[in-house]
Amino acid sequence: MNRIEEGVTHIAPRGTPNRMRLVVFALLPLFLLGAMIYLFLSSETLLLGPSPVPPEALQRLTFERMAFYPGRIVAWVRNTGPGPVQIAQVLVNDAIWGFTVTPSPDLNRLVRATITIPYEWVEGEPHEVALITDAGIVFTEEVEVTTMTPVPGWRYFSLFALLGVYVGVIPVFLGLLWFPFLAAVRTQWMEGLMSFTVGLLAFLGLDALKEAFEATEKVGPIFKGEALIALGLFGTFLGLMALGQRGKGEREGASPSGLRLAYLIALGIGLHNLGEGLSIGAAYQLGEVALGAFLVLGFTIHNTTEGLAIISPILRSAPARYHFLFMGVVAGAPTIVGTWIGGLTYSVPLSVLFLAIGAGAIFQVIYEVVRFQARGKPVLQMLAIPHNLVGLLAGYLVMYLTGFLVAV
Amino acid sequence: MTFLTTFDYGRVSQLPDGRVRREYTVIALDREVEVASGVKFPAWTFNGFVPGPTLRCSEGDLIKVHFLNESSMPHTMHFHGFHPANMDGVFEIVPPGSRFLYEFTAEPFGIHLYHCHVMPLKKHIHKGLYGTFIIDPPQPRPKAKEMVMVLNGFDTDFDNENEFYTVNGVANFFVEHPIEVRQDEPLRIYLANLTEFDLLNSIHTHATFFKFYRTGTRLDQYEYTDTVMLCQGERGIMEYSYKFPGMFMFHAHQSEFAELGWMGFFKVVPAEGKA
Repeated sequence: MNRIEEGVTHIAPRGTPNRMRLVVFALLPLFLLGAMIYLFLSSETLLLGPSPVPPEALQRLTFERMAFYPGRIVAWVRNTGPGPVQIAQVLVNDAIWGFTVTPSPDLNRLVRATITIPYEWVEGEPHEVALITDAGIVFTEEVEVTTMTPVPGWRYFSLFALLGVYVGVIPVFLGLLWFPFLAAVRTQWMEGLMSFTVGLLAFLGLDALKEAFEATEKVGPIFKGEALIALGLFGTFLGLMALGQRGKGEREGASPSGLRLAYLIALGIGLHNLGEGLSIGAAYQLGEVALGAFLVLGFTIHNTTEGLAIISPILRSAPARYHFLFMGVVAGAPTIVGTWIGGLTYSVPLSVLFLAIGAGAIFQVIYEVVRFQARGKPVLQMLAIPHNLVGLLAGYLVMYLTGFLVAV
Repeated sequence: MTFLTTFDYGRVSQLPDGRVRREYTVIALDREVEVASGVKFPAWTFNGFVPGPTLRCSEGDLIKVHFLNESSMPHTMHFHGFHPANMDGVFEIVPPGSRFLYEFTAEPFGIHLYHCHVMPLKKHIHKGLYGTFIIDPPQPRPKAKEMVMVLNGFDTDFDNENEFYTVNGVANFFVEHPIEVRQDEPLRIYLANLTEFDLLNSIHTHATFFKFYRTGTRLDQYEYTDTVMLCQGERGIMEYSYKFPGMFMFHAHQSEFAELGWMGFFKVVPAEGKA
């Protein structure tokens, strides 16, 4: 102990001249790094010789969105390659077509352009747009079933809101309605139900992660979708944990109370539903809405189980009625926001992040529920108790099976 | 584009026996060419353009082609027509920085080709090493406005499929620059297909019919049509005129090719004395 203290005094002595020294030591590596970069860039070193690969061979354009309006197709494209790109020609279904580009056909790194193509497209048929760059490289995007793209406006705003209510809000409230019934059943059943919830959530979390990874394929590699996922996942997980601990104070480091846990679950599910709303809105916009009605129905059934998850920790307490209303809104309403974002202003990197945030939130909820249930005992031991294990697997399977309804 | 109506007759001199000698210089060069508005293609060229120069002579002339390879790859010139084995441009590969003299007597008359014959052949041809070689009959054909049209394609992303189809090397060039001709004016088009990757190419002229002399080797045998198809390497001579003034399209009658750049217009102006 003494030795360590001695060491500390030695490294951080008091007094002005030593503080100066401290500043010097803090800045020295930065200064040297700057000097090295300067030398590297200013001298024609071997390292900076001409690239063996011609830069135009590395051109890359990423389609972020396609929209179909009466008599015209609009494509939003980003230069995700290492150097500048010029969009020289546009082909629609293998035919050279006239087009306009804003702000300019010359795209620097990461710059996005909007390409408008006057074209009498055919409802319900596939359309492929190909961009040919100045270097003759071709980038294509196909929409398999073309439908009219919703134009941001009151009508779609309210349509998407309604969609969000159907998919997010109503089912969550339906699930909450089980409260009186479940509050009356035996403890074992209740414990099993909580495990059931964990099973449900595990499925949802994995599902959101999978969706996030799928969406990374649509963002240019330059955005490093995986890094965005890690950020959303761990950032949300740790952020929610910090939030839970702050409210709780340092008090005995125990798991949160039932009501607090219910709210945490509602918040986690809400974040997850935001991602769900995004994918519904995006599907609508990408013309995949042929499957839309089915998708909505599927999500509705699927999400009813989310209400169950929220009430499971409060079955033995009798919270005031308004809590149910709040929890339902916290869990369900983000779906509406999600459909707005997804349906009216689609950004792929943002949706990757949202899906990862949803996954992080779900995993955090699982963590909290399991800790609540275990009450300080080893978690795996608790989950291995027969009624818990059955509940866990049943919850996962219910999600798996109702998931068939939303499979696209 | 001056290529349409430019014919290289070579440097002409008289041999002691009275024959005509024509000397041409063809240089293989790596050049970036614009194959559609804004789209550059890293081509292998004869004399810096795709297609290469239209070499023209008369039957029986002594042909001397000085071939200089100033490109980065080995190339040759393989001519269609009669010539000795060592003038065939298959085995005598010309490495970068060296030269070769092709020498032979021009026969038979007709419209022929020349192209590089180094393997892989598909690569050397689609990169742009080809051109037409016209041998006029001893008795020249009747006077007409003469044009050369080489049908080709460009695979700009190198996936063995063409992105663009063109006449004489630039997609939609004659849409943007219609060819001006006079009503009733006799026209003669030397037509050759050098499209790589696709089996066939074709031409269709609107509102007129033409006499089509396959390979141009017979003066009295022709087809009377408005659409012909050609395999890669096939060629022929079209002779016709326009009956009415106005804008008339000509294009590949494969709609796909037409919409990928193989389309153009003749702007037919009224003949003098006609409305």
